Amino acid sequence: MIKLENIVKYFHKGSVNEVFALNDINLKLDEGDFVTVIGSNGAGKSTLLNCIAGGFFPDSGRIFIGAHDVTGWPEHQRAALIARVFQNPLLGTCPSATIEQNMALASLRGQRRGLARGVKAKDRERFREELKQLGLGLENRLLDKVGLLSGGQRQALTMLMATLVKPEVLLLDEHIAALDPKTAGQILNLTQEIVKGRKLTTLMITHNMKHAIGFGNRLLMLHQGRVLLDLRGKEKENLTVKDLLAHFYQAQGEELAMDSLLLN
Amino acid sequence: MTLYAALGAVEQGLVYGIMVIGVYLTFRILDFPDLTVDGSLPLGASISAVAITSGLNPYLSLLLALAGGFAAGVVTAVLNTKFKILHLLASILTMIALYSINIRIMAGPNIALLGVDTVFDAVTRFGVPAQYAGLVVFGAFAVFVLGFIIWFMGTEIGQAILATGDNPQMIRSLGVNTHVVIILGVGLSNGLVALSGALVAQNQGAADVGMGIGTIVAGLASVIIGETVFGCQTMARAFIAAVLGSVVYRLAIALALGLELGHFRFNPSDLNLITAILVIGALITPNLKKRLIAR
Ligand SMILES: Nc1ncnc2c1ncn2[C@@H]1O[C@H](COP(=O)(O)OP(=O)(O)OP(=O)(O)O)[C@@H](O)[C@H]1O
Ligand SMILES: [Mg+2]
Repeated sequence: MIKLENIVKYFHKGSVNEVFALNDINLKLDEGDFVTVIGSNGAGKSTLLNCIAGGFFPDSGRIFIGAHDVTGWPEHQRAALIARVFQNPLLGTCPSATIEQNMALASLRGQRRGLARGVKAKDRERFREELKQLGLGLENRLLDKVGLLSGGQRQALTMLMATLVKPEVLLLDEHIAALDPKTAGQILNLTQEIVKGRKLTTLMITHNMKHAIGFGNRLLMLHQGRVLLDLRGKEKENLTVKDLLAHFYQAQGEELAMDSLLLN
Repeated sequence: MTLYAALGAVEQGLVYGIMVIGVYLTFRILDFPDLTVDGSLPLGASISAVAITSGLNPYLSLLLALAGGFAAGVVTAVLNTKFKILHLLASILTMIALYSINIRIMAGPNIALLGVDTVFDAVTRFGVPAQYAGLVVFGAFAVFVLGFIIWFMGTEIGQAILATGDNPQMIRSLGVNTHVVIILGVGLSNGLVALSGALVAQNQGAADVGMGIGTIVAGLASVIIGETVFGCQTMARAFIAAVLGSVVYRLAIALALGLELGHFRFNPSDLNLITAILVIGALITPNLKKRLIAR
């Protein structure tokens, strides 16, 4: 469960560069909700996810995750509840550490780190089993440095690492945008399997309308820091790309004609 | 080069190797260029010298030196993480402050350690000939510190340090407070540098406020030479290479200083030039090798 109440976020408040990035966002996700998030560039999608993860604090409003009011928690403290995958495959893993070291780092997400061995013998078997699911042969390369892997392999590993410890909420920010179409499809399927299999509450940002419609049980459209559209259940299931574009027009009028042409 | 000079160079290489381990930790692993070391090396020397002359056991004085160096590193890291001062600038500020502090500690620019017990006396009492005492003590300390740091970097905390230098955004999102990690890492690094300084002082029989000048340069030179000559494929190998790099660096300098080409000889004041040439050589060798192989 995750709840946002009246979240407001400005950047460079009071200067000529002022940006009103989040304009009074109210949102409640139920346990197991898989929400796709769309919106044009600069709509505030990444800002929304960063606010939830604690990359910066909102100017006002409150954030609840599970039973906790996390509004004042720093990023590293919220990590116990949140798993993230970034758009840039390089951001999710440590290049100079090995695959098993990376997985060990992730398997301690949100826990105290001490003087025990970083990679424990008993974890290795589990890591190998998990890696087999990917079908990329990484289970035989535990001691390879992650810097040697391709972007797609790294992103697949990051997806796996994100869920080694079950998070209250999984945040995916255009996590397949930097991959070639085939790899992107594989990672998207993997995402679907993991999210459904482990019943994770998930927010997934995408610029692909088909993906936004085809995945998840709920769809958000952001524009200029506000939630324009929040569809779920039947409404979402019956949605077509055409409907979605119509919604764009309806809410924004002709101003968005250009944007929607581009999105088509 | 005489055997005597070679022995001295290996000794120096080992004792300064402990400092190089510290430099490797900040410079390579944490990606935190830290000039504090030019101040924390003499800090360790001063603390140890003052402690010994006031009657403390020389081994215990090493622990004090370690703690003092750790504190100096913490100051630099706190200035950087909590007060957002650029790491280079933060470390320069601590370094110049330490210059004054070291003079305060010694109540003067230097202290002689004459007629007092040092860590070497314990070894010579066991029957080790005096001219090998340095080698034995420094070798033992270098091996011990190497063992410690390799073990430590394999722990959960050590892995978090590695990740903080590599990808701070990622390790924060895994729940690690990167500020704490940087403070710990830079503290540990300077603790080791101070330990190295304390041992040097006990060996040369004096602590001097000027003995830290050029520490960072020697440290970086050793790191780079070590990487080029011995490689850095694994963490353990990289640290061992750092210490061996320090030994090679001191040997190379001793060699150069002993060189006679007709009437030409290097002066001790040419040391910086020699260091620069050594580092440039180490930096361009891998590249040259590749080109030769490509042909
Ligand atoms: N750290 C920052 N400092 C200043 N302005 C920012 C910052 N982060 C985002 N912004 C601004 O806030 C607005 C929302 O940006 P955000 O990154 O959330 O958009 P987005 O919906 O993720 O867009 P995209 O689809 O391009 O990723 C933009 O106008 C952006 O310029
Ligand atoms: Mg974005």
